[in-house]
Amino acid sequence: MSVKLTIIEQMERIAREHGKILPPLKEDLVLADCGLDSLGFAVLVARLEDSLGIDPFTAAEDAMFPVTLGEFVKVYEHGRR
Amino acid sequence: MSMGGVEALSLRAAAAKTGAPGFIWDRAAAARFTDLSRATSLGARLPQLSGRTVLLATASQLTAALALIELDGVARRIVILPPDVEPDHLDAVIAAVEADAAVIDDGTTAAPVLALPLRVACTVAIAPMQESLPARLATEWLLMTSGTTGKPKLAVHDLAALTASIIVPSAADGAAVWGTFYDIRRYGGLQIFLRAVLGGASLVLSKAGEPVADHLARLAQHGVTHLSGTPSQWRRALMSPAIRDIAPRYVRLSGEIADQAILDALRAMFPHTTVGHAYASTEAGVAFDVNDGLAGFPAAYVGALRNGVEMKVVDGSLRIRSPGAASRYAGGARLADADGFVDTGDTVELRGERYYFAGRNGGIINIGGLKVHPEEIEAVINRHPSVRMSLVRRKQSPVTGSIVVADVVLKPDAKGEGALQTALQDDILKLCREKLPRHKVPAAITFVPALNVAATGKLLRRQG
Repeated sequence: MSVKLTIIEQMERIAREHGKILPPLKEDLVLADCGLDSLGFAVLVARLEDSLGIDPFTAAEDAMFPVTLGEFVKVYEHGRR
Repeated sequence: MSMGGVEALSLRAAAAKTGAPGFIWDRAAAARFTDLSRATSLGARLPQLSGRTVLLATASQLTAALALIELDGVARRIVILPPDVEPDHLDAVIAAVEADAAVIDDGTTAAPVLALPLRVACTVAIAPMQESLPARLATEWLLMTSGTTGKPKLAVHDLAALTASIIVPSAADGAAVWGTFYDIRRYGGLQIFLRAVLGGASLVLSKAGEPVADHLARLAQHGVTHLSGTPSQWRRALMSPAIRDIAPRYVRLSGEIADQAILDALRAMFPHTTVGHAYASTEAGVAFDVNDGLAGFPAAYVGALRNGVEMKVVDGSLRIRSPGAASRYAGGARLADADGFVDTGDTVELRGERYYFAGRNGGIINIGGLKVHPEEIEAVINRHPSVRMSLVRRKQSPVTGSIVVADVVLKPDAKGEGALQTALQDDILKLCREKLPRHKVPAAITFVPALNVAATGKLLRRQG
């Protein structure tokens, strides 16, 4: 499964668990508006570490703040290389 | 409740008075402790130990048991070393207590012990006493605290404090056979040893490295009637089919939080047995027993004087004033506050008419500013019908600083493989979401074959 599909599947699963409905998960979706709060993102990052084998945020030397879903996916794609 | 005579007697005299069979068994050998009134397991050199600070450093529990009976009233101090004491800690202990002798057996290997000026071997084969012993001393018993992290401290007890919560039956109960998953050189196991010896019962001990199934088989063979361990040890025992061969009339849990799931599991396994949990610590002594089959303890216990024990809750932390408490730490540090209360470091929460243990004060995980005790999450996960035991731990998170994840051991008949694995993980998480606020729901559930239990019988927690 591609990195992008893995991320989208996990986001939808977490949203379901938290009783949230996500807007359409497009590249330019602003993460702050997607309906997941900080705890939701903490769970997402932890689960992605399990399924993708990396936590690019903790591993990075510089703080990274992806704004859109597309940027978030790129951080993981970049981290996998 | 303090009872007749133990203060005035040495353990040897108390053991002899019972006139009971008084067997102690381990995997390899057996001995009768009642014989020690006129014989010795320490041989002709026992009188040389009089008035000394003696390290109890045998490899076997059985020789340790015999030596304890002999050393009480003879040594000035008995320093009880648990079997897993780290070499670095051993040097510190010897220096702190100024030990000048050791009781060893043929399994003792620690170099600092073997370097002490006087070493006396303890054997299971006992010999007649050649000379009478000097006048009885008020022996101090030094026990290592059972914290799971950090440098251990030594709590100073005497026999009166150690036996303060024990009600000695008026007649020896020769039919009673005690067993314990603990090592008797830890506070929880020592309580069982003292109950057996003072009650004129027999005692089944484990041998280092003995598989749980073998230990259970021996408990069955000797007809164990009273069996004690931590909830973690009981959960492990429940995973062994050999548990079906024992039929104790009293089952006791202590040393960790007894959650409702483990109490219910033991009730289901032993329908006609009293299942009790006790609260005790090396420093504070035994505070209370709960025998109603429910987790936690009645709120009325706090603020009342029960069996000489008083409890209060300060900033959520349980404090105990008890005749069973240690008097101080070796080295002189106080362990009680100005009013004589010992802070247990255990957090309790009042819900309805009952207090429940929430976890250790030091084990709190901070999730985005919200505090979580791993134990309260484990208690919820353990209620899932497919779960035998669980460990909740901190995982670093770039978003909230920390997040909790759970390692879960399933019951043998649970289906946690292949496609069913995700379904079961979801089902456990669903239970957590129903019972816990969001930040306490684990981010991930991992199924593991086993969890590490420390030599203290407590679940091994590592700071992540």
